[in-house]
Amino acid sequence: MNRKYIAVIGTLVVLVFACSRKLPGDDAQNDTGIFAGFQQPGNFPVPVYHFETNPVTKEGFELGRKLFYEPRLSRNNTISCGSCHIQSSAFTQHGHDVSHGIDDRLGSRNAPPIMNLAWNPLLMWDGGIFDLDLQPVAPITSHEEMDETVANVVSKLQALPQYRVLFKKAFGTEQINTGNLMKALSQFMVMCVSSRAKYDSVMRKEGNTTFTPEEAAGHTLVSEKCGGCHHEPLFADGTFRNNGIGVGANDDQGRFMVTLRSEDRYLFKVPSLRNLAYTAPYMHDGRFYTLDAVLDHYSTGVKLTPNLDPLLATGQGGMALTPGERKAILAFLNTLNDRAFITDKLLAEQ
Amino acid sequence: MTLLFGAVVLLTACSKNPVEPNYDQRALAPLAVEFDNIVGGQKLVLNTGTYVNALGQSYNIQLLQYFISNIQVKKADGTAYTVNADSSYFLIRQDDPTSRFARVKVPEGNYTALTFTVGVDSLRSIMDISKRTGVLDPGAGNHDGMYWGWNSGYIFFKMEGTAPDAPADPTGQHKFRYHIGGFGGYNAPTINNIKVITVDLTARGIAQVRKDRLANIHLMVDVSKALNGSTNVSFATNPQVMFSDYSVQIANNYAKMFVHDHTEN
Repeated sequence: MNRKYIAVIGTLVVLVFACSRKLPGDDAQNDTGIFAGFQQPGNFPVPVYHFETNPVTKEGFELGRKLFYEPRLSRNNTISCGSCHIQSSAFTQHGHDVSHGIDDRLGSRNAPPIMNLAWNPLLMWDGGIFDLDLQPVAPITSHEEMDETVANVVSKLQALPQYRVLFKKAFGTEQINTGNLMKALSQFMVMCVSSRAKYDSVMRKEGNTTFTPEEAAGHTLVSEKCGGCHHEPLFADGTFRNNGIGVGANDDQGRFMVTLRSEDRYLFKVPSLRNLAYTAPYMHDGRFYTLDAVLDHYSTGVKLTPNLDPLLATGQGGMALTPGERKAILAFLNTLNDRAFITDKLLAEQ
Repeated sequence: MTLLFGAVVLLTACSKNPVEPNYDQRALAPLAVEFDNIVGGQKLVLNTGTYVNALGQSYNIQLLQYFISNIQVKKADGTAYTVNADSSYFLIRQDDPTSRFARVKVPEGNYTALTFTVGVDSLRSIMDISKRTGVLDPGAGNHDGMYWGWNSGYIFFKMEGTAPDAPADPTGQHKFRYHIGGFGGYNAPTINNIKVITVDLTARGIAQVRKDRLANIHLMVDVSKALNGSTNVSFATNPQVMFSDYSVQIANNYAKMFVHDHTEN
């Protein structure tokens, strides 16, 4: 190989890298396991998280990741965030209808995925938390989850030299407090971006990726029949709705508990359709174990409960789906499963 | 004549600093507002004191604390001074006697009215976590914490105790728990229990704030008013009141619990 060819190849390599800089989504794909800062995927909207008061740094992110997997966040040092938010399950607690926390206590809701939270203005099934930086206070202090106090977590961490060093590197001070503890956790959580599913490749026109005819048919069906709530590309719309699954055994009133408005009774946050292959069971209380059961619900099981969403109030128990349509929908939903996300070493316990 | 002159000198000596200094927002001097909790006509003694509400139900108080914030003072001519927001949040805790004073700095002068908020204003309730330190730290406290993690927001007023009329809870105790908060909602309007209180100081002693001493506005806070007033709260029917519509009744009640007793100048 002569020098001319090497120069040409070199130029091509530079070009490829230069191009990938213009497509942040590609970067993440190429750089699995390597910290490249928070990047807005090419097909995603502008995030809502306040990066201006908490810019993501390598040190802050790595500290946040360590804290995410730190069982000292719980009263008896047994439960970490990662206990109920397992990466291989797209950061949910796969197989558990409701969260299984400290001392084998059970919560009342299904652990939601830590996924694309930078685009979530309101957190939790009822939207009770409006800032990601305030989010970890809830599971840390919840009796069924970690049953600890934030103040005690701070003092446990403060006593450990390794954490003093890490906080110093991330925030310039060895003094741990609620603020920098929460900001570190936020830096990890906003980095949990799922944007590398086949769907995303198709949308970003990466390579020659295309939908199969069945997937394409499913895409059209999902847009028509589910798109009223599950907006692309996040496949959620940040709103709270009653999808007619009927009042649960524990009479969880959802959004009403936060707003005390009767029109919010039995409303829950619209979850994303991304990574469904890894996040069963479904719904706020994990009542459906399979996607078939979910489709059964939407086609024949919608109940006329108070505040049923108008989009589902067809009066016929749902929207009729032929076997072919169901198959196409499932094929499309499969393109929303993001293996790169659930196997990304960057997000794993180190 | 000599006698009269002597009397004038004496009178002048008694009324300290009779001349009000010029109002200068840079010349700050200390002012304390004392929140002296009582129950009706009695001293509040945690755990051992027993009291009776307007419905004739007896009770004791095991925990009592509330947020006071956004202190403002006003002169007779209408000039008002609002204490810097970063230094104007206080948690009054009955179990910590030193916490009964809200200590602020205001310009030297004579003040005839005091205004403060019971609770935490909505702006601070949604502020970046790095700005919420000290008593506003969402991670502070445990059972005595003043923050709701599941429904982001501060508890403004917390009163707990036992009452024989309260039904037994799962631990067998006849407890009442009143945790009152609600700043109006982040993006969906909901209950707003923020109470702004103005106390007139002219009848019981204006505050003469000077650099060389400490004026103390002494308020008596009759916490039984939380239970009695436009709504008489029954321990039997409402033993637990937290984030609910009924909490508005208790907040409306306790908004009337602050009475100016005197001012030490």
